[in-house]
Amino acid sequence: MKKSEKIAGNVANYVDERTGAAKWLKKNLTKVFPDHWSFMLGEICLYSFIILLLSGTFLTFWFDPSQREVIYNGSYAPLSHVTMSASYASTLHISFDVRGGLLMRQIHHWAALIFMAAMIAHLMRIFFTGAFRKPREANWLIGVGLVTLGIVEGFLGYSLPDDLLSGTGIRIAEAILQAIPVVGSYLAFFAFGGQFPGHVFIPRIYTVHVLLLPGIFLALITIHLMLVWYQKHTQYPGPGRTEKNVVGYPLMPVYMAKAGGFFFIVFGVTAFLGAVASINPIWLYGPYTPGQISAGSQPDFYMGWLDGLVRMAPPLETHAFGHTISWNILLPGLIVPGILFTGMALYPFIEAWITGDKREHHLLDRPRNAPNRTAIGAMSLAFILVVLINGGNDIIATHFHLTINGIMWFTRIGIFVIPPLVFVATKRICLSLQRADREIVLHGRETGRLVMLPHGEFIEVHEELSPEKKFTLTQHEQNLPLAVPNTDSLGVRNPQGIKGKLRARMSQANAEQVPAPSESEAKALEGGHH
Amino acid sequence: MSNEISKFSDPGLPEHIHRKSDSDPMAEKRAEQQVAILFLISALGTVLTIASYIFIKQGTFVYLPILGDVEASQLFLGLGLTISLIFIGFGAVQWARRLMPDTEVIAERHEFRSEEIDRKEFVETIKERAATAGLGRRSLIKRSLGLALGLIGLTPLVMLRDLGPLPKKALNETSWKSGTRLVTDPGNRPIRPEDLEVGSVAQVLPELPEGTERTLENIGTDAVLLIRLRPTEFNLDAKRLSWTHNGIIAFSKICSHMGCAVALYEQQTKHLLCPCHQSTFDVTRAAKVIFGPAARPLPQLAISVDSQGYLVATQGFTEPIGPSFWERSS
Ligand code: HEM
Ligand code: FES
Repeated sequence: MKKSEKIAGNVANYVDERTGAAKWLKKNLTKVFPDHWSFMLGEICLYSFIILLLSGTFLTFWFDPSQREVIYNGSYAPLSHVTMSASYASTLHISFDVRGGLLMRQIHHWAALIFMAAMIAHLMRIFFTGAFRKPREANWLIGVGLVTLGIVEGFLGYSLPDDLLSGTGIRIAEAILQAIPVVGSYLAFFAFGGQFPGHVFIPRIYTVHVLLLPGIFLALITIHLMLVWYQKHTQYPGPGRTEKNVVGYPLMPVYMAKAGGFFFIVFGVTAFLGAVASINPIWLYGPYTPGQISAGSQPDFYMGWLDGLVRMAPPLETHAFGHTISWNILLPGLIVPGILFTGMALYPFIEAWITGDKREHHLLDRPRNAPNRTAIGAMSLAFILVVLINGGNDIIATHFHLTINGIMWFTRIGIFVIPPLVFVATKRICLSLQRADREIVLHGRETGRLVMLPHGEFIEVHEELSPEKKFTLTQHEQNLPLAVPNTDSLGVRNPQGIKGKLRARMSQANAEQVPAPSESEAKALEGGHH
Repeated sequence: MSNEISKFSDPGLPEHIHRKSDSDPMAEKRAEQQVAILFLISALGTVLTIASYIFIKQGTFVYLPILGDVEASQLFLGLGLTISLIFIGFGAVQWARRLMPDTEVIAERHEFRSEEIDRKEFVETIKERAATAGLGRRSLIKRSLGLALGLIGLTPLVMLRDLGPLPKKALNETSWKSGTRLVTDPGNRPIRPEDLEVGSVAQVLPELPEGTERTLENIGTDAVLLIRLRPTEFNLDAKRLSWTHNGIIAFSKICSHMGCAVALYEQQTKHLLCPCHQSTFDVTRAAKVIFGPAARPLPQLAISVDSQGYLVATQGFTEPIGPSFWERSS
């Protein structure tokens, strides 16, 4: 026995005699993970979170979360002798007087952007492939929670340096709090310890940013991954892949090496961005004061859609009985986002109700084979896109020589018109893709080669698909509309009424599809040809 | 469901194609060397990081194409870090791809739902355990526990009460009073109408009593914009016109939408624009909203001059400034 093997044996022995874990470990070290590029999106979320923990901890060693006023005398000359908060001054200190400090700030900020972007991409992958279906609804809910908290965490982090840009963001957050009916001004005064901006807000959000939310993230991510582990990963359909198996590579060593290596690659890319791509140069904005503002200010992209919603809101307020309700703030700031996120969280349950499907699903859908779901997803993306365009309306206007007024009206109308159009278009595209699949399975792939038949006619040679390809294109289940009975067992009209009808209609829409070709159809065609 | 029956059959996992490094010892050797080289490049990256940390002074700039002037210390630290990290990653992935077994394996999956008998027994067990605690019978205990648990939820709410004072009338108040002088910001000097040319804007604050320090909270409620037009350009009712002085009109600078500083004045159109959400206010018509999400005009401050010719407020604001809140009455 080699020396290293002996050591490994001893370690395994030590652990097992104290935990009895040998059996569990043996099984799990050979656990199978399917391989696909889209499965790396979730990994990027995890890795960027770890990068945030590491770079954030570095920043805490110098960052001073205080709104105490100080006079700056660090090495950034243009702000010499300017009065500012300690948190702004310490962020300047990190940027100019701590070696690697600016790098870490930029890595932290880039990692935050990557974290959010990867979470959103991951969520889209889960949605469009139907990975949220039973038994994975809990993980979908955790995911929606993580995205929501990620937006909050990012906003708080971005607010910490107390520069002119982020202070303006806090001002807007305060206005949203203040607009909440009945308790708004109380909430605002409690959060800010009195009148805006006060002296306590930054220290308070600091605790939330570095302790409370990261703790919650850690707990949620742990549960999320344990569930993935326990329920085993989903896989894309293909030859040899069924609802009853997982095809892929074993955890040790292949998956470990790939996933571990990938962590370093993500970290490396983030470090590269931090090194060369300047982000949030707070020294250019100056310290926060409520009487000033920097023009053309843009929030991070994960906040941009909220900004766009606020910008397009109608100028509506209700004044009655000595009270004010600001629809122009509540609608875009709380009500619409609330509906969006609630809808997103409930989607798996709504879909299951419509299809009446109570089975487990471990094979993913190709998006075209679930046209209704894909269209709903595309519609939601279109909504967010229209809103985002309005969030950048000032920048777009100057770039493309348009008027802000024009863009605002375009998006105000577009928000109602474009998403439904996108829904219809996407559904049609899915159905024609299904039709195209059907064509090539039955008639083969066009090769572009022409052959002259004996009697002089030219025909194009069609190449038959491989059995693997044919299987992949036809394996999906056919959606059947729910048979919702119109009458109950006694022949009385269905007591479910509207709810039942709605369900029947939706399940009908959900079942619209081009039938997948079957082997017998293919045989019949072949017979006809020869 | 005839097509269910005659679906195309599953041909099973495609045959595994072996890599060159699986059979050719030379190729294997080459792959091994390649991985080792990648790891060594990472080591060089760390050397670069440490050298940059020690030898490059902060505040040294280098010129790079596209990026322009870049601070050298952080650039080279970052590049060193990038190389050291990314090449460990490349090495590990290459190792996995070239040298580790690349045959796909199949693991079985089982339905999560337990056997019928286990499910039954589970329900029985719960019922039985619950019965031993008398959960079904002891409604007095259940109700009092419910009450206790419900009440304990109040504790954190009560305990957070001291987070801040009650708003009382604070949201309705500013430092402006009848006779308060307007002073420049920055500079803190009182101003006369002559200091302001037609077409210009100035940010002003109220003069505070001797010895009072101006806080950010003050600025957040007191900031005012002065704009001077030709008196004939106004389109105001008599009361509002009387609040102006020789073509000078004063508005709260705190946006009536969400409180940003309304900072942009367009001289030609006489519009004030808030950069946050582009609410646009027409100065000639008492800051009426002509575009954007704001629902109310900017509050106007009534001004005049005092005996020494300095601009003063003739009264405080007649309505709360800034964003709306529940208790706001108009
Ligand atoms: C999911 C997690 C996180 C997100 C999305 C996030 C996001 C951000 C962002 C966008 C900034 C502004 C950076 C800038 O441009 O200056 C920031 C600042 C900061 N973050 Fe985080 N962060 C996260 C986790 C953490 C953790 C775990 C810590 C500490 C343990 C931390 C500590 C800090 C500190 C001290 C600052 C202020 C210093 C500075 O801005 O230079 N963050 N965060
Ligand atoms: S805060 Fe001025 S437009 Fe929103």
